[in-house]
Amino acid sequence: MESHEEKPIIYTMENKPIVTCSGDQSLFTSLYHCLAQQLPREPMEWRRSYGRPPKMIHLEANFVQFKEDLLPKEGNKALLTFPFLHIYWTDCCDTEVYKASVKDDIVRWQNTLKTYNTADWLIVVVESDAKKKNKTNILPRTSIVDKIRNDFCNKQSDRCVVLSDPLKDSSRSQESWSAFLTKLRTLLLMSFTKNLGKFEDDMRTLREKRTDPGWSFCEYFMVQEELAFVFEMLQQFEDALVQYDELDALFTQYVVNFGAGDGANWLGSFCQPVQNWNGLVLRKPIDMEKRDLIQRSQASLLDLRSYLFSRQCTLLIFLQRPWEVTQRALELLHNCVQELQLLEVSVLQGSLDCWVFLSCLEVLQRIEGCCDRAQLEANISHTVGLWTYATEKLKSLGCLCGLVSENGPNSEDLNRTVDLLAGLGTERPETASSLQSPYKKLKEALSSVEAFEKHYLELSHAAMEMYKTIGRIRSAKLLGKSLAEFYMRKSDPKKAEALFQDSLKTYLAEGWALPVTHTRKQIAECQKLLGQTESYLQTSSLLASDGNLSDEERKHFCQEILNFACQQSDNQVQKVVLGMSSLAQLQHLLFTPTSAVVHVGGQVALELSLHSNMPMPVHLEQLAVSVHFSIERSSIRETGDVLGKQRTGGVNSGIIHFPGELPAGCLPRTSPPVLELDEMHDRSPSDNALNSSGVVCKNVHLLLRRRESVSSLETPSGVAVEDSAQILRTNDVLLLPGRNKILFTAPSREPGTYTLRQLRATVGQVRFVQHHIYPIVQYEVYSQEPQLKVEPLTDVLLAGVPQRVKFTIVTGHYSIKKGDALQLSNNDSMPILHSTDCTATIMSNTGERVGENGLSIQSSEKVTSITLPLTSTYHMVEFELEVMCHIPSILPKATDSDRLTNGELYQRAKSKCKTESHMASIDQKMSIDCPWSIYSTLVALTFYIPFKSQHSLLSAGKRKYIQVCMQNMSDMNFCLLNHCLTEKQKNTTLELVPVNIKPQQNVYSKQSVFCLWEVKWTTEPPSCLQCVFTISFSPMTEEEPSFQPYSYEFQLDNISTLYSVKAQIVPALGVQHCRTGSLCSLNVSLTRLSDLIEQNSDEGLTESDVLCTTKVMYEVADNSSNWAVCGKSSGVISMPVMASATHKVQMEVMPLFAGNLPFPSIRVFKYLPHHAAHSIQPDTDSWIENDNLSIDKSLEEQGDNSSIRSRTSTHSIGNEHKGLPIPRLEPFSSGQVFNSSSGQQVLVMPSKDDHVLEVNIT
Amino acid sequence: MAVCIAVIAKENYPLYIRSVPTEDELRFHYTVHTSLDVVEDKISSVSKALVDQRELYLGLLYPTEDYKVYGYVTNSKVKFVIVVDSSNTALRDNEIRSMFRKLHNSYTDVMCNPFYNPGDPIQSKAFDNMVSTMMVQVS
Repeated sequence: MESHEEKPIIYTMENKPIVTCSGDQSLFTSLYHCLAQQLPREPMEWRRSYGRPPKMIHLEANFVQFKEDLLPKEGNKALLTFPFLHIYWTDCCDTEVYKASVKDDIVRWQNTLKTYNTADWLIVVVESDAKKKNKTNILPRTSIVDKIRNDFCNKQSDRCVVLSDPLKDSSRSQESWSAFLTKLRTLLLMSFTKNLGKFEDDMRTLREKRTDPGWSFCEYFMVQEELAFVFEMLQQFEDALVQYDELDALFTQYVVNFGAGDGANWLGSFCQPVQNWNGLVLRKPIDMEKRDLIQRSQASLLDLRSYLFSRQCTLLIFLQRPWEVTQRALELLHNCVQELQLLEVSVLQGSLDCWVFLSCLEVLQRIEGCCDRAQLEANISHTVGLWTYATEKLKSLGCLCGLVSENGPNSEDLNRTVDLLAGLGTERPETASSLQSPYKKLKEALSSVEAFEKHYLELSHAAMEMYKTIGRIRSAKLLGKSLAEFYMRKSDPKKAEALFQDSLKTYLAEGWALPVTHTRKQIAECQKLLGQTESYLQTSSLLASDGNLSDEERKHFCQEILNFACQQSDNQVQKVVLGMSSLAQLQHLLFTPTSAVVHVGGQVALELSLHSNMPMPVHLEQLAVSVHFSIERSSIRETGDVLGKQRTGGVNSGIIHFPGELPAGCLPRTSPPVLELDEMHDRSPSDNALNSSGVVCKNVHLLLRRRESVSSLETPSGVAVEDSAQILRTNDVLLLPGRNKILFTAPSREPGTYTLRQLRATVGQVRFVQHHIYPIVQYEVYSQEPQLKVEPLTDVLLAGVPQRVKFTIVTGHYSIKKGDALQLSNNDSMPILHSTDCTATIMSNTGERVGENGLSIQSSEKVTSITLPLTSTYHMVEFELEVMCHIPSILPKATDSDRLTNGELYQRAKSKCKTESHMASIDQKMSIDCPWSIYSTLVALTFYIPFKSQHSLLSAGKRKYIQVCMQNMSDMNFCLLNHCLTEKQKNTTLELVPVNIKPQQNVYSKQSVFCLWEVKWTTEPPSCLQCVFTISFSPMTEEEPSFQPYSYEFQLDNISTLYSVKAQIVPALGVQHCRTGSLCSLNVSLTRLSDLIEQNSDEGLTESDVLCTTKVMYEVADNSSNWAVCGKSSGVISMPVMASATHKVQMEVMPLFAGNLPFPSIRVFKYLPHHAAHSIQPDTDSWIENDNLSIDKSLEEQGDNSSIRSRTSTHSIGNEHKGLPIPRLEPFSSGQVFNSSSGQQVLVMPSKDDHVLEVNIT
Repeated sequence: MAVCIAVIAKENYPLYIRSVPTEDELRFHYTVHTSLDVVEDKISSVSKALVDQRELYLGLLYPTEDYKVYGYVTNSKVKFVIVVDSSNTALRDNEIRSMFRKLHNSYTDVMCNPFYNPGDPIQSKAFDNMVSTMMVQVS
C-alpha cells in the first residue's frame, strides 16, 4: 500500500495485476523479459459470473518478488496491490538438492500462503539440457516434477508446470512456453474471477449496510473504486465506468433523499461550506489530492463531484466518447448547483460561478486536447452548451465584481474579487505552463474591466458564432440580447441597439409577444440614450399601445410622446411622422347617406370609429383624411338612374369594416390578405353562349407575393405625408382610450369619385399617419340634368275617356324658382281637363316625401301653363293631369310601332304591345316648354280607341238589311246611347228602319253590340249606300256620364240581288229517302231576279246574239265531305239578261253518311271572257285570289276530268301562260246572289247492307 | 409538476403558453422560444424515411441550471414544451411522457371544436383546466 502511495500513479495504464515470484530469483530474472513479452500476446476468454458477457482480454502482469507483506491482511480491501498469483520458480534437477533445500523452501512458501488463505499459486520447474549434462547422476527429470506434484499438489496436478529449455529456440522449447503461458493465463483469470467475485460480494454486502448509522459513503466509495481500478487495469473501461456511474447514482440518490428529508449522517461532511472552487481537473487520470480528501472523509461536495467526473471523463476518453463528456459535464454542472442548494451548503456568492466557469473551460480544453479540429467543428452542438454556460457565468461574475459598469469596481467589489480569487487557490502544476489555462483566464478576467470585457466578448462571440453555424438562431439571438444588455451596462447603446434590433426581428417574425415587448423596451432605452428621436418616438408609440405592459409603463411611454409633441420648436423642424397603427385602429367607417352617393353640394358625413390604443386620452390637434379626387365616374353612375341604384359592393349599409388587426405588439403572424374572389363568365362573342365560368382571385399578386421579413413594421420612415388638395379634417379631437367616434363632413363640390387615402393625426410635433385605408373607401358625387317625364298612369290610354297622366320632374342641379312654369302647347284633339284638386308632391332624391303643393293651372288659347312649386335642387316633383283625346271621325290606321315618350323608349312588356295592337291608336304629341331649357320637350302619348266596328249587308231574297257590330276592345265597360245609322246622301226614297235598337245599352269589356237596320226603298234599290253609324258612349262607372260621340262610316255597293239559287236533292226513283252510297240527283236552278242595270256592266255581257246574255259559272263543292259529287261538278252557263230567266242544272251526288245532311254548297261566279279582262283591271288582290280557280275552271271547260295531279301540273302551266288572254272568274259581291236553299238539309238513310262502301272519287 | 407549458404552432408562434410563477413569465417565454432550436434540431436529425415511425416525444431538449425543458412534436408539427423545475427530481421520464400525451389529447379536442380556427391562440377553458392540473400548484 505504501509503495503505491509512494509513487503516485500518473497513468493507470501502468497498473498491472501483481504476480509474485519466489524461489530461484536469478532463474526468474533470466526468463522475465521473455515472459513479460509473451504473456499479453494472445487474448484469453474471460467468462464471468452474474451472467455478464464473456470478454476476450489480453493479460499483462507485474512480476514482483514475493514478500510476505505483499499478501493482503484480513480486512484489507485493496485490489490494485492484490497479488493475484504466486509463482515458485525452480530449476532443481537433483533429488538431493530438492530434498535438502528446495522442498523446505516450497513448504515454507506454501505455509505462508496458506496463512493468508491464498490458493492461487503455481510452481514452475525449469528444465534445461545443459544442467542435465553436467550432472550425470541425475534422476530422470520427471522424478523432481513428480516429487513436487506428490508433495504439494495433492489433487491439483496442474499447479505444477514444466518449462523446458526456455532460452533455446527449439520447437520443444516453444511448445513448453505456450503450454506454460496458457496455464499461466488460465490461472490468472481463475484468480481474477475468484477474487473479484469475492470482492464484489463483499462490496455488495457493504452496500447493503448503507442504512446503518455508521456507514460511510467515502469508505464504500474507496471500495468500489478499487474495483473500477481493477477493471481499468484489465482495460475493461466500460466496466470501470459502470462502477463510477453506480457511485454517482448512489450519491445522487442520497442527495435527493436528503432533499426529501431523509438525511444520512455521512452526508454531513459534504455539507460543509465550500472553501475551494478551483474547478474540475481533467488532465490527470487520477486526482490524488481529491481522492485523499475523499478517503479521509474530508471532501466537500464539489471535491467529490469533481473527482468522480474526472474519473468518468478519463474513462470516456479511453472509450473514445468525448461528446458524452461534454454532455455529462453540462449535466454535472447544473446538477452540482442544484445539489448545493438542496443540501443548503453555504457558498460564497460568485464562487459557484467561478467553479462552473473554470470547469466549463477545463472540459472544453480537455476535449480540444483529444480531438482534432474537424471533429470539433462537426460536434459544435455538443460543446456550444458549455461555451454558453461559461459565458453566462463570466457575465454574472463580472456583474458581481463590478466589472460590467461604466465606473469600474468599487472597493466592495474589489473585496469580493479578492475573496473569490482566494478560493481558487494556487494554480495546479499541470496547467502552470499553459498560457490559456482556465485558471489564468479567470484570474485575468477578474483583474480589470478591460480584461474582463475582452474575455467576455471573446466567449460571447465564440458562442454566438457556434450557434449560428449549427443553425440555432434563436439561441444565438438570446445570447446576442445578453451581450446587448452588457453593452447597455457599459453605456454603449449603439452596439446594444443593433443587437436588440436583431433579436427583435426574430421575435416579431415568429410572433412572440412578450419577448417583443421586453426587447422593445430595451430598444427604447437605447434609442433614448442615442438621441434617435424619431425611432424612439416610434418605439414609444408601439410600447404605449402594447397591452403586455403595465398601465404605468404604457402611460410613461405615451407621456414621452406627448412631451415631445408639446415641445416648442423654434426652428422649423419637420414634424416627426409615426405609424398610425400604434396610436389608434380604424375600426369602421359609416357613410351618411348610406349609399355613399350624393349629388353635387349634397351632404356626405363620415363617421370614423377609431379604437385608441393609448392608455390615456390624447388630444389631437387635427385629424385629417386626405382624399383623392377623380373625375371618372363609376359605371353604376353612368346609367343615370339615380334612385334605382344599388351599389354592388357590400357598402349598402354604409358601414365599411376594417379587418381587425391586432395591435402591432403582439402580431401573431402576418396573416395573408383576405381572398377577394370574383365570378367570371366567359361567353363566346358570336352567340353569347357560356363557354366557361369560374372564380377569379383578384388579389393574387398580394397572396402569392414572396413574404418578406417583417421589416415594414418597424420602419415608419417610409411613411410620407401625402399632399392632396382635398382633405377632410376635424380639429381638436380628444382621443379617449378605446373607441372614439369622429365625424367628418366630406366635400361634394364637384362631381366625381372621392377616395379616402391617408389618415393622419397631428399632435404637436408628431404626426401619426396611416398610409392607406384598406379596403378602399370611396364616395361619389354626381351632377344631374333636370328631366321631365310624362307617362300614363294606366297601362293603356283610351281615347274618348278622360285619362290621367303623371308628370315627373327631376330637378337635378336646377332649383325651381318662383314663377317657373311648364308651358304646354294646347292641342284641340287633346284638351287638358282642369280639376281643382291638382296637387304636386315634392320628394327628395331618395324618395322621401318632402311636401305637397297645390298647382295652379292657367289656360290661355294656345298654351296651358302649370306653375311649379318651389323646389330645391335634386328633388322630384310629381303631379298628375287629366287629359282627354277625342276620337277623330276618320280613324287613322293602327300602328304597331313603339310609342315614344319624351324621346325615350317607353318600357312596357312587348307582349302587351302585341295584344293591344289590334286596337286602333292615335298618337298625340304634346310640346312642353320647361323653364330650365330653351328647347321644347316633345312628349308623345298614344291613345287607343276602345271600339272596333264592322258592318255587313244581309239579304233575304230582295230584302236588304245592314248589320253593324261594335266591339268593345278595352278593359272598360261602357254605356251606349243614341244608336243611329244615317245615309249620307239623304236619299229620300230610302229608309233605314231600325230592327233591334234600344235607347240605352251597356257594352262590357271585350264584348260586342250588334245593331240591325232594314233598308227599304221606294223606287229602286240603290246600287251604292254610304252610311254613318253614330253612337254616344260613356264609361259605365261614371256617375255623371258625359257622353262622347263615336262614329263609324262605311259604304255598301251592289246592294240589289241579281240571282237566286235554289237547290233540291231528289232520291233515286222509287225510293222514298236518300240512302248512303246510292246516287241521288241534285237539281240546281239559277234564276235572274232583275233586268240588266247600267251599273252592272261589269257582268261581262256577251252581245254576239240578239239576246243579251251573261256568263255565270257555278260550282258544287262539299267541303265537309258529306257528299260525293259524281260527274261534272261545275260549269258555265249563259244567262239571258232578263228578269226571271232560269237555268236548271242536274247532277249526281252520293251521300257518304246517314242523317240530316246539309246540302253541298253551290257557288256562283261571274265568268268574264278574256277580252273583258283587258278593259277591266281588277284589283290585284282579287286577281291573285281567284287566279287558281280561274285556271281550273278554264281547264274544266275543255271537258277534262279534274284530278289533283293534273290540277297542280296544269296550274304551273297556267302560270306560264299568265300573259295569255284567259277567261277570268270574279265573285259576286255579298248581296248579289241569294241562295234560298242555304241551310237546308236532307234526310239520308243508312244503306241496308253493311258491307263497306268504297268510293273512289278522282 | 410543470412550471411552464406551451403549445407552439407549426410556424413557431405560440398558441398557448402558461407558466406558474407569473413574474417569471417573460423568462419562460425566452426559454421556450430558445428551445425551439433544439426541437428543430431533433426533428431534422431524424432521417426522412424514419419520420413515420418517429416518436412524438423528443425527450429532454436541454437542461438549464434551474429548469429542464422537454419537447414533443405532433405529426402536424405543432410543438408542446413542458418546463420542469430542475429541483423537482421526482419527475421521471414516464411521467413527462404521460403529461405530453394528456396535452396532446386535450389539444386534439380543441382542434375538434368546429368553432376553433386552427392557428388561433387557444382559449379553450377545458384545455386550460387540463393544463392547470399539470402545473405546479402555487400556494
